[in-house]
Amino acid sequence: MKEQGDSQVSVHINGIKVSVEEGTTLLQAANSAGIEIPTLCWAENLTPANACRLCVVEQQGSRTLVSSCSRVCEDGAQVLTDTDRVHRSRKMVLEFLASSNDLSQSPDLVAWSKMYDVDTERYKAPAKIEDQIKIEDDLFVRAYDRCVLCYKCVEACGDDAQHTFAIAIAGRGFDARVSTEYEVPLPESACVYCGNCVGVCPTNALQFKTEFDLRDANDWRPSEQTVTETVCSYCGVGCSLELHTQDNHIVKVTSPSDHSVTSGHLCIKGRFGWQYVHAPEFKPREAP
Amino acid sequence: MADLQFGDARPDAEEIQIVDSFVSETAVVREGERVVRGGVTRRREQRHLLLPGLHLLQNSQGWISPGGLNYLAEVLQVPPAEAYGVATFYDLFATEKPSIPGPQHHICVDAACAMAGSADLLSKIQATGQRVHESPCLGQCERAPAMFIQEVGAPDRVPADADGFSHPQRGDSSLRLLRRFGVADPLSIDSYTSNGGYDALGLALNIGTEAVLSTLEASGLSGRGGAAFPTGTKWRAVAEENSSSKHVVANADESEPGTFKDRLIMENDPFAVIEAMTIAGVTTGSERGWIYIRGEYPLATHRLNHAIQSARASGYLGSKIAGSEYSFDIEVRRGAGAYICGEETALFNSIEGQRGEPRSKPPFPTTSGLFGEPTVINNPETLINVLEILNSGVDAYRSLGTKRSPGTKLFCLSGHIRFPGLYEIPFGVSLGELLQIAGGVVGDLQAILMGGAAGRFVGPEKLDLPLTLEDAAANETTLGSGALMVFSNEVNMLDVTRRLAQFFRDESCGQCVPCRIGTVRQHEVLLQINAKGPDQTQRELLDDISAVMGDASICGLGHTAASAIQSALDLGLLPSGAP
Amino acid sequence: MFGVGGGTSSYAEVEDTDFVLLWGSNARAAHPIYFHHVLKGLSKGAKMFAVDPRRTASAKFADLWLGIDVGTDISLANAMSREIIAANLHNKEFIEHATSGFDAFADHVDEYTLERAAATTGVNANAIRELAHGYATAPTAQILWTLGITEHHNGVENVLSLCNLALLTGHVGRWGSGLVPLRGQNNVQGGGDMGALPNKLPGFQDVADDSVRAKFESVYGGPINPEPGLHLSLMFEAMARGDLTALYIIGENPADSEADVDHTRKLLAELDILVVQDIFLTRTAQLADVVLPATVGWAESEGTVTSSERRVQRVRAAVKAPGDCRHDYEIIGELAQRMGAKWTANTPEELWDELRSLSSMHAGMTYDRLETEGGLQWPCPNIDHPGTPYLHGWLWEDDLDGRAPAPFSLTRYAGPKEQLTDDYPLRLTTGRVLDSYNTGVQSSGYESPIRSGSHLEISPVDALNLNLVDGERVSVSSPRGRVEMHIKIEPDQVAGLTFSTFHFPELVDLNLLTNDEWDPLSGTAEFKAASIRIDKLPIGTSRG
Repeated sequence: MKEQGDSQVSVHINGIKVSVEEGTTLLQAANSAGIEIPTLCWAENLTPANACRLCVVEQQGSRTLVSSCSRVCEDGAQVLTDTDRVHRSRKMVLEFLASSNDLSQSPDLVAWSKMYDVDTERYKAPAKIEDQIKIEDDLFVRAYDRCVLCYKCVEACGDDAQHTFAIAIAGRGFDARVSTEYEVPLPESACVYCGNCVGVCPTNALQFKTEFDLRDANDWRPSEQTVTETVCSYCGVGCSLELHTQDNHIVKVTSPSDHSVTSGHLCIKGRFGWQYVHAPEFKPREAP
Repeated sequence: MADLQFGDARPDAEEIQIVDSFVSETAVVREGERVVRGGVTRRREQRHLLLPGLHLLQNSQGWISPGGLNYLAEVLQVPPAEAYGVATFYDLFATEKPSIPGPQHHICVDAACAMAGSADLLSKIQATGQRVHESPCLGQCERAPAMFIQEVGAPDRVPADADGFSHPQRGDSSLRLLRRFGVADPLSIDSYTSNGGYDALGLALNIGTEAVLSTLEASGLSGRGGAAFPTGTKWRAVAEENSSSKHVVANADESEPGTFKDRLIMENDPFAVIEAMTIAGVTTGSERGWIYIRGEYPLATHRLNHAIQSARASGYLGSKIAGSEYSFDIEVRRGAGAYICGEETALFNSIEGQRGEPRSKPPFPTTSGLFGEPTVINNPETLINVLEILNSGVDAYRSLGTKRSPGTKLFCLSGHIRFPGLYEIPFGVSLGELLQIAGGVVGDLQAILMGGAAGRFVGPEKLDLPLTLEDAAANETTLGSGALMVFSNEVNMLDVTRRLAQFFRDESCGQCVPCRIGTVRQHEVLLQINAKGPDQTQRELLDDISAVMGDASICGLGHTAASAIQSALDLGLLPSGAP
Repeated sequence: MFGVGGGTSSYAEVEDTDFVLLWGSNARAAHPIYFHHVLKGLSKGAKMFAVDPRRTASAKFADLWLGIDVGTDISLANAMSREIIAANLHNKEFIEHATSGFDAFADHVDEYTLERAAATTGVNANAIRELAHGYATAPTAQILWTLGITEHHNGVENVLSLCNLALLTGHVGRWGSGLVPLRGQNNVQGGGDMGALPNKLPGFQDVADDSVRAKFESVYGGPINPEPGLHLSLMFEAMARGDLTALYIIGENPADSEADVDHTRKLLAELDILVVQDIFLTRTAQLADVVLPATVGWAESEGTVTSSERRVQRVRAAVKAPGDCRHDYEIIGELAQRMGAKWTANTPEELWDELRSLSSMHAGMTYDRLETEGGLQWPCPNIDHPGTPYLHGWLWEDDLDGRAPAPFSLTRYAGPKEQLTDDYPLRLTTGRVLDSYNTGVQSSGYESPIRSGSHLEISPVDALNLNLVDGERVSVSSPRGRVEMHIKIEPDQVAGLTFSTFHFPELVDLNLLTNDEWDPLSGTAEFKAASIRIDKLPIGTSRG
C-alpha cells in the first residue's frame, strides 16, 4: 500500500484546534472541523489551480491572505476564515465575476453573491467576457460568456486526468480564454469527447447537449431528476456511472469524483454511449 | 503528456528547416521501423526548447503560423493547444499574419518615455505606413523615448544601441559595482581578468563553499530585485538541499518601468554576471545556470552570449571549471515580452516552455524552483555584489551603507532629471542628494515614483529620506528595483496613473481573478474619473479593488498593482474630487 | 494465473509502480479510464515499454515501443527470460523460495537468444535487451495485457510466458507488481467468477469435484452434470458435426462478432432451434426461432458486475425498460420454472446471497457493503474482510501459506496458424477504437464526432507498392472471404501489417476475413492474425 504519512500537525482555525495528517490543506482541515469555505476552482479530483481566490483565509504571519485550497497546514498555524478582510476579498472576487460573466447557471455563485452583499451596480460599463456560444457537435456546447477561467476544464483535459490537452489557456490577462490551438473548432482539435471538461465545469459554460437542448426547450427540471449509480458496460474497468434521469430518460451522465476507479472521469462511451437505451430499435447505419 | 493530435496545417520548407536545425534531439526517435523511443521523460526534457523555438519561427516569418507551430510542437511533442497558449502569452509573438509587412516598431509609452515625447515618435513612424506597437517600458528610460524593432530575418535591434554608452559617473573612483563600466572591454575576457575579473571565483574555490556562504551571510547582502531577501540565506538553503540536479538562474527579465540597471550591467560587464553565477553554482552544488533575459535587450543578449563562449573557451565554464572539480555551464533564454516573467516562479514556467504564470508559494524556489528542482535565483545587480564582497571582504563591503542596508545600491534615474542614467551610491544617501548628483530636477518637482510601477509615489517633502531599505519601509515607500522616476509640476498625474493602470491591465497574466479582473476595473474607474477627481463611490471602489488585489492575488504583480495609484491618491496628486 | 482466474493487482497499484510493460493492449482506446491510472504512474516517474505490432495511441506514451511481428510474443517473452537469466538479473531468492521448475525452464529458454528473437519478432536485439533489463531491474513492475495476447491460437501459452517473466523477477504478489489482464466487457470477470466456464461452478470451483457438486446440488435442487461443457469454439464444431442442434444465446451477437463469420451464420441458420435473448433484434436475433426481449443490464436491471481488478460493484436500474422487456434473471428463472426447477432465490439480492453461501471468495460481500464501500475486491471470505487489493501475497510468505510453489511453464514459440503466402501476403489484425464497441449494437446509438467508420489501415510502403491513394476503396480478401472497404494510410504502420476494427459490420463485414483457428486451452479464436490480399477495384468504382 501507499505509505501514509503518520506525522500529525495541529492548526487553530477560528480558535478551534484541528489535528490533521501532515500534508493536509487548510481547506480540508477546516472542512473536517465543520467550517465551510467557499471554493470555485477547487475540486477534489483536480490539482488546486489557485485561480479563483475565493477560498482565501487569514493566516497569522502571512502578509497577504492565503488560498486555503492549496496551502498546507503548518504546525501551530493560527488561521481565521471569516474576518472582515477575508469577507472583503471574497466579496470583491464575487463582484468581479458577477460584473464580467453570466453566472445565472451557477447556483453556488448566485447564493454566495447574495451572502457577501455583492453590488455590481457600482461598476459602470464594465468590460465583460463575451463570446459566441459554440455548438459544434451533438455532445456538448461551450458558452464562454459563462467561463470564469477556473482552469478546471484545462486540468481535466490535461495532466490531472485525460492527458489529451485539446484545450489550454490562450492569451493573457482579461483576454485570456480557454482555447484550442488557433481556436479551431473542437472536432478539428485533439478532443476525444470524454466530456471530463464538462464534468468539472462549475458555471455551465460547458454543458452536455442534452441539457442544453432541454434548457432551450424550457424543460430542464433538476428538482425532478433522480440520480442512480451503476457501472458502465463498455469495457471491463468498472467505471462508476451516475445516471441522471428525468421522465424515465437519461439526461446526463457523471461519475462520483471520490470513486477509486474513475476519480469522477469517464470516456466518450461511458459519458455519451447511453443513448441506445432509449432507442426504439437497433438501427445499423446505412452503407455509404 | 499525450498521444498528441496535430491539425492539418503543415509547415513550409523554411519553417521545417528552422526547426530541424534548432532541435538537435527530437522528443521521439525512430530506431528502425519497429522501435520508437519516446515517452514522458523525454518530452519533459525537451519542453524548454519551446520558447526559443517560437522566437526562431517569429523571426523567420514575422509571425507564428499554424503550420510552423504544429511542426515545432510535433518535434518537441508539445500539445499544440498548449504551444498556442504559450505563443499567445507574449507580446513579441504574433499568431496572426501581420496585415502590414515590414518591421514592427515597439515604442515605449510608459511615463519616462511619454514625458520625452514617445507619442510624437509613434505618430511619426505610423505616418510612414509602418507598423508600431505601444509598448510597456523597454528599459531604456535614460535615453527616452525608447524603441525596439523586430524585423523578419534580421536580428532584433534597438536603434539607440548604436550611440554607445555614456556613463554619468565616469571616472568616479569610488564606484564598486560599476568599476569596470567604460573601463574594461565587455567583449574581451582578457580585459575582464586584467581588471580583477575571476579573482572572486579563484577565491571562492580556494576558501570553499562553507566560507563563501558565511561570508555572504556576514555581508548582509540582500536581493536587489525589490523583495530584499538575504542572499546568503537563499544560497545556503539551496546548498543544503539534497538533490542531484540544482540550478542557478539569473533573473535578467528587468521589466519594472523605470528600471534599466541590469541591462547596463550585462552590456558593460557581462563577465561579472557569469563569474558570479559560477560562484553560485560552485557554492550551492548546482551545475546548470540559466540567464533569463528580457527579449527587448538584444545588445545585452549578444554580449552575454559572447562572454559565455569566451568563458567556455577559457575553461571558466563547462566541466572542471578553472581547473577545479566543479562543473558549471550557462544557457541564455530570451523572454518575449511579458512583465510577469520577472516574477521568479513565472520565470521558471517561461523557461520550462509553459505559460509565464506565477506559481503558488510555498514551495519556494530553494526547494522547488526551475523544473521543480532546488534553484538559486538572483538578479544581475545582486550577483555582482557577491564579487565585490568576496574581493574586498566583508568589512570593506560593510564600511559603506548602513548596518541594515550595507554596501552600495544602483539607482535608475529618469524623467524630469538633468542627467538621467544609472547611479551607484552607498545606501543612506538621501533622495535629494541623489537628485543633485544627477544634476537636479528639471522644473519644479511634483513627485517621484520610487520602485517603478509596482512602487509608490513620494512628494517633495521626502527629499530628506535616506535611501535605505529600513527608511523606505518606515516611510511607507520602497526602493524596489531602484527606479526613481521624476515628475515635474507640468505632468498631469491623472494621465500617469491611467497609464499605470493600463500597464497592469495589459501585463496581468490573467491567472487569478483579483488581478485579472481587478486591473481592468481599476483602469476603468480611472478612465471614468473626471477633471474633479474621484467621487466617493469611485474612491471606495478603488480602495476595494486595491484591497482584494493586494490581499488575494497570487503574486507580487497583483499585490502591487494598485500601490502606486493608491499612493498618488493619498498624496493628493490627483484632483481631490467631489465629496 | 497460478490457479486463480483474475488479474493480480488493483488499478491504484499502477500509479505506484516503477515499470509498466504494456503488451498487446491499446488501453488508451479500449480501457481509457484504466489508462488514466497508468498516466498517473507515468507522471510520477514510472517507465513504460509497449509491445504491440502497432504503434497505438497507448504505445505513443511509451519510453520504448517494440513493434513485434503479429504472433511472435512467445519468442520475445522467452528471449527476455533468457536474457534476464544470462545477465544474472533474475531474483534467485524468490525463485528458490516460491517457484518450481526453474532449472528446466532455464534450459528450455536457452535457445531463445536475442538474435533469434530479433529475427523472429523483427525488433532489434538491443531493444529486447533494454526491455528485459528494464523490467528485471525495476523495483516494482507490472505487465498489462489485453486481447493482443489472448486472441491467438496459443493465447494461453502467451499468458504463461508473461507469468514466467513475473516469476523470474519476483514481480508479483506485492503492491505495485503484478500481472494485469484487462477485461473487454464490464462483466467478463464476473461471468467467469459466476461459473460461466465449461468446467467451473461459481467461485472457480471444479465441476468434476463431487463434494463441490453436492454443495451446489443441495441449493440448486437438482443434479449437476459432472462432465465439463463446451466452450464457444467447441460448440460451433459440435454444430458443424450436427451434435449440437439447440442454442440459447444471451446478449451476444456471434452472427457479427465471430471470426470467419460467414461460416458462423451458416451454422446458426442450420440449428433446429435458436433462442436469442437480447435488447435489440441483432443480426443474430434475426436468425432466431424465438426472441426474448431483455432489459439493458447496467441501466434497466439490478445486480452486480465484477471488474478487471476483481471489484464487485452494483448495477442498478435507472430507467424502466420499454414494453415487455424483462430482466435476464427473470427470464432465466421463468425458463427454469417451466423446466421443473424450484428456485427459491428470486430477487437479485437473494440470488447474490445464494452465491455468497456457495462461493467463499464472495462470502463477505453483502449488498450493504457493496453499496457503502464502493465495491469490494475478491476474495472477501467474511463480512469483516476488507477485500483483497492484490493476489498471491503468499508467494512472499515464509511458508508459502502452505501452498505448492508456483511453477514455471515451458512455452514454445509458434507463429500464427495462418502464415502469409504469395496469394495472401499481408497480415490483418483487428482491434477496438475509442468511441465504438464490439459490433456496434450499443455504440452506434450515439453520434460521435470522432468516429471515422471502418477502414483498413495500411503502411505507406504497402500503399505505394499497391499503387493506392489514401481513402481509396479496395477489395480485401482472405482465404475465407472478401469485402470492399476504404484504406487509410497510417504513417506509423509497419510494412506488411494492416489493421481494422470490427465495430461496423453493417458497413464492412470484417469478420468474413478473420480466422477461426482457436486456442485448444481457452477456445478463443485467432482474431489477431489473418492473412489477406488487397486488390484495386475496377476503375470508376474505387471512390465513394
